[in-house]
Amino acid sequence: MATPAGQRSWHASPAVWPVLGIVSLVLLNALFDKLLPGGPGLFGPGAFLRLSMRDGVPAGALVDILNYGGAIAILALGMTPVIATRGVDLSVGSVMALAGAVAASLVVADVPSIAALATALAVGAACGLCNGVLVSFGGVQPFVVTLVLMVAGRGVAQLVTGSQITTFHDPLLEFVGLGRPAWLPLPMPFILATAMLGATVLALRRTALGLFTEAVGSNPEAAALVGVRSRLLVAAAYVFCGLCAALAGLIAMANIKGADPFNAGRNAELAAIFAVVVGGTSLAGGRMCLLGAFAGAFLLQALTTTMYARNIGADVAPLPQALAILAVCIVGSPPVAAMLGRRRKRTP
Amino acid sequence: MRALLASRNLPSLAAAAILAVLVVAGSVRFEHFASVGNLSNLLGDYAFVAIAAVGATFVILAGGIDLSVGSMVAFTAMLAAWLVDRGWHPLATVPVCLAIGAALGAAMGGLIHAFALPAFIVTLAGMFALRAATFLLHDQPLGIVHPFLSWMSRDAAVPLGGAALPARAVLMLAVVALGAIVAGRTRFGRRVYALGGSPRSAEAMGVSVGTTTVAVYALAGACAALAGVVFASAKRAGDPTALVGLELTVIAAVVIGGTLLSGGVGSVGGTLLGVLILGVIRLLIDFQGNLNAAWTSVATGVLLLAFAGLQRALAGLGGWADRGTGGAARIEPRLPR
Amino acid sequence: MTPAERLNHPAASPPLVDVRGVVMDYPGVRALDRVSFDLARGEIHALMGENGAGKSTLVKILAGRQRPTAGTIRLGGTEIRPASTRHAEAHGVSTVFQEIDLVPTLSVADNICLGREPTRLGLVRRPRLRARAAAALRRLGIAIDLDRTVEELPTAIQQLVAISRALDCDARVLVLDEPTSSLDASETGTLFEALRRLREQGLGIVFVTHFIEQVYAIADRITVLRNGARVGCWTTAALSREALVSAMTGRRLEAVHRGPAAAPEREPIGAPAAHAPPALAARDLGRRRSIHPVSLHVSCGEALGLAGLLGSGRTELARLLFGADAPDTGRVEVEGRPLPVGSVRAAIAAGVAMTPEDRKSQGLLLDFSVRENIVLALQSRRGPLHPLPRAEQDRLAAHYIEALAIAAPGPDTPVGQLSGGNQQKVLLARWLAVQPVVLILDEPTRGIDVGARAEIERLILDLRARGMAIVLISSELDEIVRLCDRALVLRDRTAAGALAGEALDESAVLAMVAAAPASASIANRTVDEDAG
Repeated sequence: MATPAGQRSWHASPAVWPVLGIVSLVLLNALFDKLLPGGPGLFGPGAFLRLSMRDGVPAGALVDILNYGGAIAILALGMTPVIATRGVDLSVGSVMALAGAVAASLVVADVPSIAALATALAVGAACGLCNGVLVSFGGVQPFVVTLVLMVAGRGVAQLVTGSQITTFHDPLLEFVGLGRPAWLPLPMPFILATAMLGATVLALRRTALGLFTEAVGSNPEAAALVGVRSRLLVAAAYVFCGLCAALAGLIAMANIKGADPFNAGRNAELAAIFAVVVGGTSLAGGRMCLLGAFAGAFLLQALTTTMYARNIGADVAPLPQALAILAVCIVGSPPVAAMLGRRRKRTP
Repeated sequence: MRALLASRNLPSLAAAAILAVLVVAGSVRFEHFASVGNLSNLLGDYAFVAIAAVGATFVILAGGIDLSVGSMVAFTAMLAAWLVDRGWHPLATVPVCLAIGAALGAAMGGLIHAFALPAFIVTLAGMFALRAATFLLHDQPLGIVHPFLSWMSRDAAVPLGGAALPARAVLMLAVVALGAIVAGRTRFGRRVYALGGSPRSAEAMGVSVGTTTVAVYALAGACAALAGVVFASAKRAGDPTALVGLELTVIAAVVIGGTLLSGGVGSVGGTLLGVLILGVIRLLIDFQGNLNAAWTSVATGVLLLAFAGLQRALAGLGGWADRGTGGAARIEPRLPR
Repeated sequence: MTPAERLNHPAASPPLVDVRGVVMDYPGVRALDRVSFDLARGEIHALMGENGAGKSTLVKILAGRQRPTAGTIRLGGTEIRPASTRHAEAHGVSTVFQEIDLVPTLSVADNICLGREPTRLGLVRRPRLRARAAAALRRLGIAIDLDRTVEELPTAIQQLVAISRALDCDARVLVLDEPTSSLDASETGTLFEALRRLREQGLGIVFVTHFIEQVYAIADRITVLRNGARVGCWTTAALSREALVSAMTGRRLEAVHRGPAAAPEREPIGAPAAHAPPALAARDLGRRRSIHPVSLHVSCGEALGLAGLLGSGRTELARLLFGADAPDTGRVEVEGRPLPVGSVRAAIAAGVAMTPEDRKSQGLLLDFSVRENIVLALQSRRGPLHPLPRAEQDRLAAHYIEALAIAAPGPDTPVGQLSGGNQQKVLLARWLAVQPVVLILDEPTRGIDVGARAEIERLILDLRARGMAIVLISSELDEIVRLCDRALVLRDRTAAGALAGEALDESAVLAMVAAAPASASIANRTVDEDAG
């Protein structure tokens, strides 16, 4: 779906790897539960596979993965086109915090919640526009531009909330994160992420935007020589990424019914890059795989949930993630690719 | 010709002017702003930033980037505190931290060179991994008590016009001076500049790119480690949540100080100027009293972008670098990377 | 004793460099086949040949960047086997490559001494370093500020700084790879002045170039390579320009010329058709340091060849026509309507198409499928929001795979897996799909096998017959003659003349390529003076 049908058979799609990763992580956890002396067994209370009903909705580790992975998946969907154009957006975590802060502050100030949501999304898009214009028209390296917003954006979020956690009670805002529609007993973040996946795939693959984005990242000179508007496209990728980050920020905010400018979106940039890279999009640009990034996000959340289940703190979680990103990058690096390519025989 | 020289020096002149304006504005607005006491406090408070920035200057001069610096400083600070907590003498932690910092830096440099990976992704991974490692070491702030540290903060100071310059400020000035000599007066320094100016030419001219890259990141790691020890001794604590976002401050200091983000041009002395500007801004915000500390990071970010944009604009004008027909075969890609 | 006299007494000074029977094999290709070459002290020896002749391979071997498969190199009688650039330099053989190897952000003095800085106690001794740099510059007879950064200097001075750096390590042999390719006339003059000085100091200089006039301006002897083999070695005075071009291209000039070479023509070639504006017309189209203003036009159903040696400005002209570079002078019209300058999008919208010279780095998306590569230009013209339906894409891909006989396992095969000829066909298909009015083809048959080449040539003829206007760049003269109605001959980045109809044959083109310019004292005509 993320890659045009017929272009690659299913087992060649990079999305397979994160899916296999999720499956093996879940199995590993089940095995742990079963074999550990004094463990809960396969479906006992506290077991990884156990699904219980809480307040009429399913709960458990598997539901947690879908729930908390949703925001990461949305981030990853936004990050994918940026990375495909040879860029990167380090500011997604801060944009999350900023969007949450804006929405919460507005709601607390009695602005209608729908207007607050819209404003927060617009702020995210504006952040992306700043990044995109500075990168594509200003010619400043993407990681420098977005590093500024990564650090300063969090500062702005603190200014917005007055350096405190702004809590609120608003049905619509809470629904974004905590909602469980009656007709679909799944966590709202997962539903939103799936909808975003569908929308993104439609927008990029049912138009030529995806092809052009990949062309710009794959061979900028060739793209320019067929008349692709590279700069506009690059700027648009950052705007979309900012928009996605804002949506993810709203979900994170809704999950805790409050905007925390200090901790919202912490390590989110790492999570998003992890998902994209594991999902088969190269940091060198070019081909992108939206479905892979989507699956990669849930692999990351599965990893985090596993670590929680094994009582490893959230603060330590980035260590294996960072190492995994490095490993994937090394496997895909030019020297290693050349080494592997020498073995593979080319068709004439 | 003079115009060329002037445009090349424009960022440095702008930086000096900004510092002057800030100091004048501060003195006009607040009493006792421009005092020797404030200066020595500033040098003391920003000593660890400047020490880390010296290492970052080498990395950026060589055309690289180090995003791991904040985590590296926090990690080594925690390591030092942790060792002192187990009964080590504070001075004994210095060589250990320096060695570990240099080794971690060298490892990142090695990955960047051996696998032709972008520096920002390797050091970004380093940033998160080291932060997590800090938590792994000790997941709470860890205060340390040691007679040596008490003596350091109380008595180890150089008298300076009625005030006292803390020992860590003296150490910082020494590191800056040493860095300036290494950058400007040694073969290694020349290689760093050459590598940043044009990696391809540098290699063709006999510069060992791999060795230089590894050495530069090792140097940056060692500087960050020293900064960590200084930070721990000043705060008399290690804190796993400290110094998030320090990388922005450090990179901004380097860039404001006149070092090109694309590498090859800049100086260690300029970096000290950049640190001072950021320090004075912080001081102004503190003096103002009613301002949120978050303004510091906003101001830092805006300044970094302004100077990065200034660099690009000057390069684009061609006044800075009229490369003729791109004589050195510099083909500007149509798409900025 | 003049260099020429020295050459007449070979016994008096044994060759400085003596290359004997050098063979260089790459996988599947023999780049050099038993090539011999010698260089005397105090001699400037030109090394010439067309693309793929083996010049650059020979230069790399001399420079120590590559080791030959077989053969010997003797320096002053003793055999050397340079294993690296540094090693070659230690023997006294210094090479300055075309892409000047200097660090643009470092000062002149630092560049000259980089890696060889004099130090004491680990610290660089600035005064001594500057003295050494100054001494090296003095040998060339130039005075420049040692503290200027290299990027501030004009290209010619950068060349001289690179040569100074080469001299700083006691060079006895200087190899210059295309040193003048981006210099204007006065800059070339400065460089030649310096080279003559070095020649007087006894250095042996190997001078690789495409510019025929420059060879006659400075070289003592000429060695010509073709297809990896040595054609011969002549003293410059003994070799006519026509003979040199024949030796380089392997095509014989007829004994009787078809009249004197035409003077550079300022008017559009041929008379434009009276009833309709030409498909593509350019008037005084020029760009500083790239191509002297040129006028041309081509009508529907007509093929115009751009002939000339490598580096004569063919590709530069094509890029100006397509809007890939912005011209300094002149303008382009398509079917009578002027195009905005320097806009590829406008050119495409008006119906101009171009397949670039380097199909891998400038044309194809190698990891993309044949289908995606074919639809890319058409899709770009339609805009991103009007995607070609998948069925239409498949139809286009299938159509062109069949029509152009593209040998691919399927439309979804990555283009990178195809052979060069099939890649070229994919690139052609991409532009045919937009049904252009004008098709500019830059070296469409380079590096592809004979069969595919014949097919592409047939295709070009077919497109012409169907009314497309074609601009064809080719190094293969026979291709130009066979496929084109008219040809514009470029030499040293200027239009040397035009040939049409009966007059267009290989020897006429060669004569024009080889003709001495009107003013024989000019090494290569400056591009600036007319552009400015």
